[in-house]
Amino acid sequence: MDEGALGQQYADGEVICRQGEPGDRMYVIQAGRATVVREEGGTEVVVRELIAGDVFGEMAIFERQPRSATVRAKGTARVLTLDKRAFLRGVHEDPSLAYGILQAMSQRIRSLTEELSRLKSKG
Amino acid sequence: MSMALEDGSRVAVIGGGPAGSLFAYYLLTFAQRIDLNLLVDIYEPRDFTRPGPAGCNMCGGIVSESLVQLLALEGINLPSTVVQRGIDSYVLHTDQSSVRIDTPLTEKRIAAVHRGGGPRNVRALKWGGLDGYLLGMAQQRGAKVVAARVGEVGWNDGRPQVRVEGGAHTYDLLAGATGVNSSGWQLFEQLGLRSRRPETTKAYVTELNLGDELIAQYFGSSMHMFLLTIPRLDCAAIIPKGDFLTVCLLGRDIDRELVTAFFESPAVKRCFPPTWTPAEGECHCSPKINVREAACPFMDRVVLVGDSGVTRLYKDGIGAAYRTAKAAARTAVFSGVSARDFQKYYWPIYRSIARDNRYGWLIFALVHRIKAVGALRRGAVKMAGGEQAAPGMARRMSIVLWDMFTGSAPYREIFSRTLDPRFLGRFIWESALAAVGDGRGK
Ligand SMILES: Cc1cc2nc3c(=O)[nH]c(=O)nc-3n(C[C@H](O)[C@H](O)[C@H](O)COP(=O)(O)OP(=O)(O)OC[C@H]3O[C@@H](n4cnc5c(N)ncnc54)[C@H](O)[C@@H]3O)c2cc1C
Repeated sequence: MDEGALGQQYADGEVICRQGEPGDRMYVIQAGRATVVREEGGTEVVVRELIAGDVFGEMAIFERQPRSATVRAKGTARVLTLDKRAFLRGVHEDPSLAYGILQAMSQRIRSLTEELSRLKSKG
Repeated sequence: MSMALEDGSRVAVIGGGPAGSLFAYYLLTFAQRIDLNLLVDIYEPRDFTRPGPAGCNMCGGIVSESLVQLLALEGINLPSTVVQRGIDSYVLHTDQSSVRIDTPLTEKRIAAVHRGGGPRNVRALKWGGLDGYLLGMAQQRGAKVVAARVGEVGWNDGRPQVRVEGGAHTYDLLAGATGVNSSGWQLFEQLGLRSRRPETTKAYVTELNLGDELIAQYFGSSMHMFLLTIPRLDCAAIIPKGDFLTVCLLGRDIDRELVTAFFESPAVKRCFPPTWTPAEGECHCSPKINVREAACPFMDRVVLVGDSGVTRLYKDGIGAAYRTAKAAARTAVFSGVSARDFQKYYWPIYRSIARDNRYGWLIFALVHRIKAVGALRRGAVKMAGGEQAAPGMARRMSIVLWDMFTGSAPYREIFSRTLDPRFLGRFIWESALAAVGDGRGK
């Protein structure tokens, strides 16, 4: 990856943010991929895969809760962080700034609903 | 006559720099969200893929930390074909000493870009400029680019009209985004806009071809800022990009004499390889910079965005173009295009930028004072240096300097941070130590 790229570079498997830790920022993938894994009782379940352009860690902006999952680089990845303060200040001046996040959350609820109904119909 | 945009309404944008392109982009984005069909024409005579001044809206080419973040949030991730270098730190140079200040997360959050196709003597077109990229984004949203300079405008039955070779076109809204480096303002006066024009002063930019390797070795991925005791110079920056360094001087009417004084000052010479001398004939320009806003940026069906209205004093002009463009687009789509709509929804953002610049002037006046007194100057550098060396320490001076030079925070916020007793106490202490040191040295 070249010098022009923004953000910070992570090696394959490197942790970008860790489940259970406090968080005050979110992230945008600039290049490469990442996986979201949930650690439960010593085992890891891959919940989601992220690609360039995806935003993650936004739950920490809205709730004062520790990170709900761990995100790891899959291959080399470049990630830009977005400060909670900068974001909320931006939204204060310009509420339309939150549109992208709402859209992403809405897509996530849709896919979770589908997943849930699949699991329920199996059970 | 309704002053709201409707399906099929036509919008003219005069100027396709960052303000014009972002205005068109957001106008179409917002309209599409509410299923409103608009026709947008951007008039822009420049071809941003051409190297040299013909394809360039001359500037330092720093996309600020805050703007990089805001754009990323909106799904606009500047690609590495546009970002020539990610910047993760800056080095502050004074006449005697230098201090390096890292981003809080040692992350590359500032983008160094070229505005056009690159300097006149660019060899390989490896990168695209920012302006071409943003214009392309507007085109992807559906804007049409008309490659023409607008020389005349007028009114047709209560609607603004743009007259170019080949015909006259009538619009429901005209956005002025001509910047300050052209005769664009005449157009708005032709339309009857009664306002004080923006005030400008002359800056200086040059592009030095040092080559990739020397730049990496001597300048790294830091922006270099200079606080020198050269009269009339408010601040100066050297910004590493691919094969080139952009040197940017801001102050009151920068002339040749001042440019020479800058390159000959020891602080600047220290940064370059010992044998290096500036070559004649490097790409350079003396663009105007907006230092005071236009008094009134709108009337019915006309709105001014970016530099042709207001910008931030000496920094983050592209960020101000983004904020004004987006606020004007939001107003036009969700409220209407009458002077009253702009007064109600656009003016507050415009005014807040203009007001913040008052604090900016105050800060620059203080900086001039500090620069003039050796002990204060050294006190500031020592305080920042101490903070950088001790990781756990509160980074009060570093943050003030960082925000001041990167455009990451409003001037007002920076000003209020400097009034914090803990900041003042430490600064006075370090300066006193520097003064005692001076006394001993004599
Ligand atoms: C020396 C200097 C250094 C700077 N450094 C930085 C920096 O590092 N970072 C930063 O964020 N900002 C910086 N700025 C400020 C920044 O350049 C401006 O704020 C920014 O370019 C404003 O964008 P704009 O679209 O309003 O105007 P411009 O970029 O000037 O664009 C105006 C466009 O309108 C077109 N146009 C003009 N007249 C007509 C016409 N009649 N018909 C059709 N088209 C027309 C022009 O061709 C041009 O493309 C700097 C400015 C200067 C002078």
